[in-house]
Amino acid sequence: MSAETGATDFHASSSKALLDPSLRANFRRAMDGLMAKRAAQFPDPAEWNALRDLAASVRTRALAKLPELLETLEAKCVANGLKVHWAATTDEANAIVLAILRDHGATRLVKGKSMVSEEMHLNDFLSANGVESLETDLGEYIIQLDGETPSHIIMPAIHKNKQQIARLFGQKIRDAVYTEDVDALTATARRVLRQKFFEAEAGLSGVNFAVAETGTLCLVENEGNGRMSTHVPPIHIAVMGLEKVVERLEDVPPLLTVLTRSATGQPISTYFNMITAPRGPGEKDGPREVHLVILDNGRSRIFSDSELQVTLRCIRCGACMNYCPVYTRIGGHAYEAIYPGPIGMILTPQIEGLKRRHELPHASSLCHACTEICPVEIPITRLLVRLRKEAAQPPAGSKVLDAGGGRSRLEDLAWAGWQAAHTSPLLYRVMGTALRLFGPLAPRGLPLLNAWTKSRTVPKRAKRTLQDLVREKGIPDA
Amino acid sequence: MPETARAAILGRLHAAAGSGSALPALGKILPGPLSSKGWSPAERLTRLRRAMEAVKTEFLEATEEGWPEAVHDFLVSEGAKKVAYGPATEAGRALAAAFPPGTLPELVPYDRPVEELKGALFTDIDAGFTAVRSAIAETGSLVLWPSPEEPRLLSLVPPLHVALLSSATIRETFLETIREEGWARRMPANALLISGPSKTADIEQTLAYGVHGPKRLVVVLV
Repeated sequence: MSAETGATDFHASSSKALLDPSLRANFRRAMDGLMAKRAAQFPDPAEWNALRDLAASVRTRALAKLPELLETLEAKCVANGLKVHWAATTDEANAIVLAILRDHGATRLVKGKSMVSEEMHLNDFLSANGVESLETDLGEYIIQLDGETPSHIIMPAIHKNKQQIARLFGQKIRDAVYTEDVDALTATARRVLRQKFFEAEAGLSGVNFAVAETGTLCLVENEGNGRMSTHVPPIHIAVMGLEKVVERLEDVPPLLTVLTRSATGQPISTYFNMITAPRGPGEKDGPREVHLVILDNGRSRIFSDSELQVTLRCIRCGACMNYCPVYTRIGGHAYEAIYPGPIGMILTPQIEGLKRRHELPHASSLCHACTEICPVEIPITRLLVRLRKEAAQPPAGSKVLDAGGGRSRLEDLAWAGWQAAHTSPLLYRVMGTALRLFGPLAPRGLPLLNAWTKSRTVPKRAKRTLQDLVREKGIPDA
Repeated sequence: MPETARAAILGRLHAAAGSGSALPALGKILPGPLSSKGWSPAERLTRLRRAMEAVKTEFLEATEEGWPEAVHDFLVSEGAKKVAYGPATEAGRALAAAFPPGTLPELVPYDRPVEELKGALFTDIDAGFTAVRSAIAETGSLVLWPSPEEPRLLSLVPPLHVALLSSATIRETFLETIREEGWARRMPANALLISGPSKTADIEQTLAYGVHGPKRLVVVLV
């Protein structure tokens, strides 16, 4: 990260990742597996197209009514006995969570998987404030043990192989013996985390869908740690990005089916947990208090741009990562972002600003795989191009954070030259001839040329131009 | 602070509303691909079993009258010592009749707040028994609405979950279930779809069962 601008250096981090054969092998294997499983879930193209049209329409309708639906959701949740909090920034969201915990003297928190809590850097914040904030999803637990961040939004520890995990458990978990047996590793985590679920004074989760009609929070998971975190401790805090709301309960089945099939190639997850109220009268278990924290963190700004608003359709299935040829080769950490891969390349610059993140929209060959695979039809490639423009030459009145933040004098100069050469026949001819005659003589070590030729062959120029050949055939200039 | 955040966020959203997503045409809202499948009861059962067995769910076939005995015999054969259940439900009463007092396995009634039962639930109980409300053929899912009589943790904390399913209640899809049962008008505090024993693939995408929830799910089918 550059100290001056706070900008991340994607070129450096991706180049480094490319040189790590173990990382590349881990991702290649995982992404091939995930693509094959997803493809097997959508054997019928007609059904796939109908389903994604439906899912996209559900999300579009939710966004079209977003402020009203959030108000309905809040009213329903409050009527059901939940406490609803609003946070404009991640700092506010962290403060809200901490205040709830302090109110109850809670110092031990178990967490289900939540990308919004990653956005908040909640674990670091809570641990600095004397609260143990423990990840309980197996993948999240593994990376928390190693002091890392997720490299994939669905499979957070996918960059690690079992040998690395076996060594980690051996070092960090008392009584754990070195084993590469996945069942034994899983059993070790179960033993440690059961005790934590038992002791925890509060649980925290994300939200996959929040239903305005009924005030219901829906959670998708396979392990049971989400249910443990939301049903065992006396307090449950759910954190959600404000775009997660849907209008009706009947909107949930189409989203659920495209989510689990796209994400992990499962017809459905093991658990689908729908929480509408805290422990009711006569109920023997369940949390006595349920809190919902609704986070903005830049989302309302994204919402205000009519083209970029579709970013908020995302249901966080991660399929765009699995299908991205760039992500597969460099892995998730190279993006240095909470959300990596194609969705991260459009979301992160909009949340963190183009000054810091102007490189991310360029981390794509625009091959279109992400757009074709997106179950809610987000035109990711179109938005990447839009953000590239926003970074270099933003339109007047641009709503994107730090628009123009990727502007470079050299690039402006180069394009001005290109434009001049391509609008003046004389200049074009002079430049062409110069390049043909002297281009091959240019030393490879020149700074700009070097960046191009390091990994590519220099194109060999034809002796005569197409224009000359065409003219020779007697075809007149247009 | 929270109140000003609320006003600011909603203010921004209201100011921008209508600028982007237009309401989609009604035709697209109707869930064509999720509509009725026309499956016979036999086909629903076949599909449910196939989907659930693919993720390691076990099935125990029993009769309307004989299922409590079948559950008892199964738990004896598994060597279960303590089995938690809800004593106030119809299924709970029928189950209790098949477990002679003073013999193993012993039935442990989940009839008090979890705070008084938590230690036993996490350490001593070998199995939890619940009935299920209905099931979904398409995805192979059991539908549970935990209640005061049948608490949430019965199907989560014990390592073995035994679930009683009447094959007459198997529906085609989740959407049909929500519609036919009128969920939107009466959502319970907690509703669950359970589609197998707890599992993970977080280590090298290798499937491992029983990570946090039940290691085994046994469906008693009547």
